[in-house]
Amino acid sequence: MAGKDRDVLSSEVVSKKDRTINVVVFILLALGAVIMVFPLIYMVMTSFMTKNQILSGQLRVIPNPWVFGKYAEVLSKGNFVSGVLNTIKVEVPVLLIGGFTSSLAAFAFGKLNFRGKNAIFMALLATIMIPFAVIMIPQYVMFTKMRWTDTLLPLIIPACFGNVSMIFFLRQNLGSVPNDLMDAAKLDGCSYFRTFIQIFFPLMKGAVGTQLTLWFMGIWNDYLAPVIFLRSEASWTLQVVIRSFNAYYAIQSDYALIMAASVIAMLPTVILFFCFQRVIIESVAISGIK
Amino acid sequence: MAKREERWALLFVAAPIVGFLLFMAWPIVFAFLTSLTTWNGSKGFAGMMKRFCGFDNYIKLFQDGKFWQTLCTTVIYLIGIPIGMVLGLLFAMGMNRKIPGVRVLRTMYYVPVISSLVAVSILWAWVYNYDYGLLNVIIKALTGRHGPNWLGDEALIKVSMIIFMVWKGLGTSIILYLAGLQNIPRNYYEAAMVDGANRWQQFRAITVPLLSPVTFYILITSMIGGFQVFVEVQVMTSNGGIGYSAATIVYYLYQKAFESFQLGYASAIAVILAVIIFIITLINFKVQSKWVKTMD
Repeated sequence: MAGKDRDVLSSEVVSKKDRTINVVVFILLALGAVIMVFPLIYMVMTSFMTKNQILSGQLRVIPNPWVFGKYAEVLSKGNFVSGVLNTIKVEVPVLLIGGFTSSLAAFAFGKLNFRGKNAIFMALLATIMIPFAVIMIPQYVMFTKMRWTDTLLPLIIPACFGNVSMIFFLRQNLGSVPNDLMDAAKLDGCSYFRTFIQIFFPLMKGAVGTQLTLWFMGIWNDYLAPVIFLRSEASWTLQVVIRSFNAYYAIQSDYALIMAASVIAMLPTVILFFCFQRVIIESVAISGIK
Repeated sequence: MAKREERWALLFVAAPIVGFLLFMAWPIVFAFLTSLTTWNGSKGFAGMMKRFCGFDNYIKLFQDGKFWQTLCTTVIYLIGIPIGMVLGLLFAMGMNRKIPGVRVLRTMYYVPVISSLVAVSILWAWVYNYDYGLLNVIIKALTGRHGPNWLGDEALIKVSMIIFMVWKGLGTSIILYLAGLQNIPRNYYEAAMVDGANRWQQFRAITVPLLSPVTFYILITSMIGGFQVFVEVQVMTSNGGIGYSAATIVYYLYQKAFESFQLGYASAIAVILAVIIFIITLINFKVQSKWVKTMD
């Protein structure tokens, strides 16, 4: 009886101590989180400030007065709008065609049998480690020879052949689908392509959506490939455009305009992230465990 | 029957294989061939072979001060990796407790990761601005003295870049470590508690070894990424910073290839880069079995 009392007592002491630790930990985590997002908040705030306030050298986070005109000014710049359009022109075909080829390949790797399946899969997986910097010169030579460097094709065509990390994740995802489905489809005489379209693709839809979201963000934020392959200004994608904005308007100290352009450039990925954060974070977390 | 399945399967995986051969395998071979020439991109493939020079580029490279400088800077930037990993583990352990609002916190730490690298590089170049930047304005408000020239000093610029990179990538290590922590069965700790192990001993004997696969994954992906730092340098500095002090190896490669069109020389840098990354990956996988523990 006495022993039991002591147990209850000690567990209460522990939980009380735990609670104080939790409060301290929470405060530290919250502080860290504020430090993490503060530069981003400051970025948004700067985009609403007057030049005088920005160059005052005083610590003032809230714009005084609020100036909303910079966003309209950014959107009225022709090359900014064409940057957005060019990025979208890359996104749409790549996600549609590349998403299709990747899902199809993932289905074959996950549910069909063929010789050398694992070897081919591992070889493809290893290509994730090949740095883009190593292959960019030959690709540049190739695209120049094909006269693609004034178009968006260097960013579209290679990606349409599929995305290895998407194939990897979808194959992983198919592991939870029972093989009986495949056998049943075979017995019914369903062709392999129809089995994919009508049975397996609908089952993978959620995972495909997550992967396409991540891929969308990757294309949206891509800079190195566009800056190398897109030689004419008319074909620049958004990230290349805002970088040139930065170089051009920093000389004029028009930081509000630069920040406004950067905020718009970040907005789509941030919004997508907030909408789908649970699945996105899960997908990232899985990559480390598996 | 099985033959038919095989044919269809090969057809289904054909696109990524062809893509790999065209846009990865062939370019790697081509990069090596180019590195043996002094080609500047003119007169096509024949023009390239006419400028064959053997291993001259590699010999020149080993005597090139800028090559060593940028390689050195790239390695210095890698210091950010262990810093980010330790911070990531600490924050993840905090979030693994019963604390309100963990999901909101996790999201806040992750926002820099999904943000455009160009946009946040622009932002941080502004934060580091000597006269009006956020950092120096804060330092002035707190101490009354003018802060340092973050991007204008050969040593400090490296520190500034490392701080920026840790900020940008911290969210990833937090999420990976948090997932790893949640994967550790509770009863391991309970058993250790029964045996009288204190918190530190539990951390050493359970947490660290069981997180080693995650640690390995973060280490290898960040090292591969760390050798390819480019965007930050191009956006935050002009021409690689004062005395080329912020320039990385990929930045040097980019300038050689696409600003002075020394494609042969740049390709030699690319080949060296590929070899470095390959060796690092190999070493990592070799020593993996020594320190990476798995659950089973």
